Amino acid sequence: MILPGIMFYLFAAVAIASGVMVVSARNPVHSVLFLILAFFNAAGLFVLMGAEFLAMILVIVYVGAVAVLFLFVVMMLDIDFAQLRTGAMRYLPIGALIGFILLAELIFVFGSWVIAPGVAGVGAAPLPTASGFSNTRAIGDLLYTRYIFAFQMAGMVLLVAMIGAIVLTLRHRVGTRRQVISEQLGRRSTETIEVVKVPVGAGAAE
Amino acid sequence: MTIGLAHYLTVAAILFTLGIFGIFLNRKNVIIILMSIELMLLAVNINFVAFSVRLNDLVGQIFAMFVLTVAAAEAAIGLAILLVYFRNRGTIRVEDIRMMRG
Repeated sequence: MILPGIMFYLFAAVAIASGVMVVSARNPVHSVLFLILAFFNAAGLFVLMGAEFLAMILVIVYVGAVAVLFLFVVMMLDIDFAQLRTGAMRYLPIGALIGFILLAELIFVFGSWVIAPGVAGVGAAPLPTASGFSNTRAIGDLLYTRYIFAFQMAGMVLLVAMIGAIVLTLRHRVGTRRQVISEQLGRRSTETIEVVKVPVGAGAAE
Repeated sequence: MTIGLAHYLTVAAILFTLGIFGIFLNRKNVIIILMSIELMLLAVNINFVAFSVRLNDLVGQIFAMFVLTVAAAEAAIGLAILLVYFRNRGTIRVEDIRMMRG
């Protein structure tokens, strides 16, 4: 039973260390890579807690989509990041002060707070206990029945985000030649071709 | 060496504090600020899952999925706005973003 403890401390230590590196790395690309590492280790923590489905979703959504999105943007923008970091030390004391105050408050809250006895059994949807009834199946049972409306709304949020991102970043370049199929198909031979009677020896005018 | 709720809450609290600290430390760089927000949302998710397991209630994990959804949407929209802003102004310094200040 000592292995889960070791794994917890390993995952937690690496997650926190990479969190420190995310906020303090000089190169934003390194920040993104450390963010990926932090998410991987958080997924490990989720597995330790028994939330396998959420752990895999975390890896897919964050490492597969969000972190790559960050990486694209960081590498696409031509920014002098060293210049952006000037004066960071000026904000270090106030940031550290507020961070420590917040951490102390969280420690006070969690330290003085106990779960009422017997409350663990009265949840709306107990965790699966029977063998062969996996975490994924339990989440699906709950998500597609009782929380179907919230699930659909989450889909709408993603749709709006997708359309919004496309609308924001799509631009029509001026000066580029594009194929306009409707114009091509709408052409008539009377407008485009002119039959000219050319007199012998005179040549066509124009 | 049993790992209980308090251990996970401690990790989440430290990660959340790191996110706050990152926002203050990188006040000029919007990209790092967005990453700090992602870190804070991750800490919130760890809290949700830890309480879900401790209280034997699956709803916490369902809600963590919705937090994940909102985080992904927020990252996409935030980065799109950042891209458009950079295209228009040629910089992403937070101090320069004050056109709408009256």
